[in-house]
Amino acid sequence: MFENLRLAFRGIWTHKLRSFLTMLGIIIGIAAIIAIVSTIEGTNQQIKENLIGSGSNTVDIQLYQNDWPMDLSYTESPYGVPQISDDVIKEIRELDEVKSASKYNYRQVYDGVYYQNNSMNGGYIKGVETDYFATANLTVKNGRLFTADEQKNFKKVCLVDDAVVAQVLQNEDPIGKILEIGKDSYVIIGVVASRSTFEPVINSLSDYQTYNQDQSGNVYIPISDWPISYRYDEPENVIVRAKSTDDMTAAGKKTADILNANISPTDTSIKYQSKDLLEQAQQLQQLSSSTNSMLIWIAAISLLVGGIGVMNIMLVSVTERTSEIGLKKAIGARKGKIMAQFLTEAAVLTSMGGVLGVASGIGLAQVISMMSGTPVAISWPAAIVAVVFSMVIGIVFGILPSHQAANLNPIDALRTN
Amino acid sequence: MIVKLENIFKVYGESGSETSVPALNDVSLTVNEGEYVAIMGPSGSGKSTLMNVIGCLDKPTSGKYYFADKDVLKLKDRQMSDLRLHSIGFVFQSFYLMNEENAIENVALPLSYAGVGKKERERRAVEALTRVGLADRVKFRPDQLSGGQKQRVAIARAIVNNPRVLLADEPTGALDQKSGAAIMDLFQKLNDEGTTIIMITHDANIAAHAKKTYRIVDGQLLDGLEEVGE
Repeated sequence: MFENLRLAFRGIWTHKLRSFLTMLGIIIGIAAIIAIVSTIEGTNQQIKENLIGSGSNTVDIQLYQNDWPMDLSYTESPYGVPQISDDVIKEIRELDEVKSASKYNYRQVYDGVYYQNNSMNGGYIKGVETDYFATANLTVKNGRLFTADEQKNFKKVCLVDDAVVAQVLQNEDPIGKILEIGKDSYVIIGVVASRSTFEPVINSLSDYQTYNQDQSGNVYIPISDWPISYRYDEPENVIVRAKSTDDMTAAGKKTADILNANISPTDTSIKYQSKDLLEQAQQLQQLSSSTNSMLIWIAAISLLVGGIGVMNIMLVSVTERTSEIGLKKAIGARKGKIMAQFLTEAAVLTSMGGVLGVASGIGLAQVISMMSGTPVAISWPAAIVAVVFSMVIGIVFGILPSHQAANLNPIDALRTN
Repeated sequence: MIVKLENIFKVYGESGSETSVPALNDVSLTVNEGEYVAIMGPSGSGKSTLMNVIGCLDKPTSGKYYFADKDVLKLKDRQMSDLRLHSIGFVFQSFYLMNEENAIENVALPLSYAGVGKKERERRAVEALTRVGLADRVKFRPDQLSGGQKQRVAIARAIVNNPRVLLADEPTGALDQKSGAAIMDLFQKLNDEGTTIIMITHDANIAAHAKKTYRIVDGQLLDGLEEVGE
């Protein structure tokens, strides 16, 4: 085996230019595949990050009517949908995929939130429990969270995020300022922000809108104040933090199932649904993968052509080395030995092509990334598969030439010289 | 005896048809252990065919051939390979050395087919090269050697497996007189050391070095040197 490898490397080295040209088909094919796969991987990771945020793993489970979240500003509380009991929340928290869960009420803000003469346009007001912030991966940047006393005794305090500070408070120091919410006055006690700053790449108008909506500001008040400022008995929504990004879909679905089991709305189009970003991300990923899988097929054809090139050059090599093969057979090499020698040479040749192809593919992916701005993620499993696959190409396309070499008649082979 | 041919016929082309040519015509030959035999004949006489048959490279059309009491005609392709590997050493007119490999690697080739380990291969290759007088050239590649030295490497390769028979086909054909004579001296030395040699040549002067000579004319094997080369 080692002897065959030594002979193979020596043979390839002796015909450097020819070997390189033979490998070229394999190099191009593998490089194309690696570049495409890296670009797909990069795009997929980008999509996932854009939609999900960088690792907060939170899923909102909201009350939907048909395909839209119910906006309770305009409708009565739906009949047959009670508030979420502590037992239900406990059940959700005990799910395997769930790290923490918290219930909350929300309204989209069109009007009715003021600081002096500035009103808040767009954004959300949310009635939350204190553990909401940890679940939503929000951290206090400035000030403090609600105290147990404030939650229990309907204190008129609130937290805001940076967007509200910028838009409504005109970047004044918000702590202690009074925010008018509806008919009530709330004291701002803190500013919250996402634990990790997340700056998505915006490639389209809809990306911009999705992103912008999230940026239009949130005001948080204690959930105990909700009935006072808004409505009594209003059904809540749930935010869940999954244990990992891959658990998000399951955590959202299972939470929705638990919530739906505890409601019996007369309007059957009303039910809890998880706003599953992971699922959306996966759908988008599939879309981008399927477009690119066409390209992979084209690259595969290049590999096929490369393989035929290898077969061709191996046949030439067998013809050239007729007397060497004849001698080896004459002095007692069995067919298998000759076959193994040529198969090894073909496999080494294409494996080298595979390695060079992976290297140029990675380089090519970087160039594509620099030119088009799409991110690139090198997939090492794909690289290993590519090299192994090149080796298989060598073996498959080496079979015919090796077989021919092994079956040479030593008498004829020695006579040709 | 080591080689025993009985009534060997070798016919090329379809037997019995008009175009068929008998290359060997009722050849019988016995070579005993330790003998030094030359078979001489002009080109086209059937001597190459005879060499291929003796060397187990080709099977005769009819007749019997025993190599060390083995019935060669009954051997399979694989067994013929193994027989050549272990029992026959070949020396050809044009050496057939691998130009990219040095002398040791060339000589060790049959050992690698016999499954001998790398260290042992090298040791035995050097030993064989020493026997043919090339102890100081073991790392040289064929293109760094003279014709005579190349043939010595080829002879070292032929004897490295300690074969029962050394089969040489025009061993001096590509060499000048002086190198040719040196090769003949080497053959004499190897024969003195016990190697059985069968040499095929068209040159009566070379054939004269053997202890026993045959000539082959139109596929028929005759004793002695007379009447050849007229």
